[in-house]
Amino acid sequence: MSSDVESSAAHEGTPERGGSLIYRHRISTRLWHWTNAVVLLVMLMSGLMIFNAHPHLYWGSFGANPDMPWLEIGSSGDRGFLRIGDLTVDTTGVLGLWRGPTGQLRRLAFPYWATIPSSYNLAVSRLWHLTFAWLFAGAIAIYAIWSLFNRHLSRDLLPRTAELKPRHILREVKDHATLRFAKGEAARNYNVLQKLTYLGVLVVLIPLMILTGLTMSPAMDAAWPWLLDLFGGRQSARSIHFIVAFLLVLFFVVHIVMVVLTGPINEVRSMITGRFRLPKERP
Amino acid sequence: MTPKSFLNRRRFLTSFAVGGSAALVAGCDALSRNPTFREFLGTGEWLNYRIQRLVGGTAQAREYTEADLSPVFRTNGNTRPRSAEWERHAATDFVDYRLTVDGLVEEPQSLSLAELRSLPSRTQITRHDCVEGWSAIGKWTGVPLSAVLDRARLKDQARFIVLHCADDFGGTAYYESIDIVDAFHPQTILAYGMNDSILPTGHGAPLRLRVERQLGYKQAKFIMRIEAVDSLSDIGRGRGGYWEDVGSYNWYAGI
Repeated sequence: MSSDVESSAAHEGTPERGGSLIYRHRISTRLWHWTNAVVLLVMLMSGLMIFNAHPHLYWGSFGANPDMPWLEIGSSGDRGFLRIGDLTVDTTGVLGLWRGPTGQLRRLAFPYWATIPSSYNLAVSRLWHLTFAWLFAGAIAIYAIWSLFNRHLSRDLLPRTAELKPRHILREVKDHATLRFAKGEAARNYNVLQKLTYLGVLVVLIPLMILTGLTMSPAMDAAWPWLLDLFGGRQSARSIHFIVAFLLVLFFVVHIVMVVLTGPINEVRSMITGRFRLPKERP
Repeated sequence: MTPKSFLNRRRFLTSFAVGGSAALVAGCDALSRNPTFREFLGTGEWLNYRIQRLVGGTAQAREYTEADLSPVFRTNGNTRPRSAEWERHAATDFVDYRLTVDGLVEEPQSLSLAELRSLPSRTQITRHDCVEGWSAIGKWTGVPLSAVLDRARLKDQARFIVLHCADDFGGTAYYESIDIVDAFHPQTILAYGMNDSILPTGHGAPLRLRVERQLGYKQAKFIMRIEAVDSLSDIGRGRGGYWEDVGSYNWYAGI
């Protein structure tokens, strides 16, 4: 087994067959993954409580109660609603108006089970959000430097030219849609859809999250006024921060679904011990 | 995988997720109350203060144009103090109002609005960012705090400027404090005018602070007294401001 680990760590050598245990995720990737799992969940849930303080989103530099939001979560009478532009959705029970753990009615945007802390407290949610932001900053700085140094980026994440051909991508999409996942040696590396997704998260969504987060800081806007120009004003940055947060949630949901569909025990183990059993080839 | 086993698995995962979320939320609530963890949660503020001072230095907040002004600038917090002294001043257009400047200063001051207006003035169109998330753009006219502090001549030990206000929440007077860097920042003014008129009551008449690189709760309204101190520990409950004392808001509100 240890020879498997050594031969596959180099991603070269003799091709492996389905059923063999290979070394798939290095310690840097595993640490980054689990740090993210905790930190991003805290960031999301504390962020939802911060949003509860003013559940309206605007475009531009300013935006407050007298101005027209493009998105709003609220309640009227005994109904909770989510309004996006002209579209209003009844969200009673989940958003805007819901029952707390002991059955009491609450008029807040996001429900107690989705927020940190669970009862309304803007100050405490900010303590969580702004402290975990620094944990996240530290983790991503270490991961980024490490990934360049150990060639995780060029070796595992950047798609090869052949993988970017439309025909190849189309086939991957078709295979994913019909739940035909890579087997044997082909399952050793990330497929092109995985590569593009992880890259999209790492180099598009996460940088957008960090920069729009900084744009909401009046002190950072003074230090780096280009932030305001980049996103079209503080309230636009706040809106983008919220949209990208939900793109990350979408990524998380698809990620979990894929783990479940491709073998949760094997996948989770590979992210804990690094070792992944290649799925058996189709007969 | 048969459809049935998939459904069972899905049901298992759903209950796992709901149970996990409940445990997570309960765990985080317990952590929020734990004093050691609360101390850890304070590191964010410390880092934000140090790093933003390092990166920002004395950088100025963006100033906007008349075209950018919020059509309606909403009020927030207290919109009218309940103090008898403030009411007396309001009834007489603040002619007898005096701003007290004391604490660690060589020459304590007692300044009328007319005297404040005769000092150098500054007008700026800036964005007000509430801790809740909303923003409004307004035009503020006032005297730079540095001009007032120069008149009073700060002693070397002074490290913070405390703004004592006429309004209160449940009998506890509002106050706020800023460091010396922000006190002498060119955009830090004691505003007596807003949007080309006299500062309205709802926005803090007769005098409010504008400290443009921090959030709304630092922008103390209805200012009666300015005190220079070397430590915040003897004021209120010692955390530097009303919301800092009662609601665990960060004293440094640059983010």
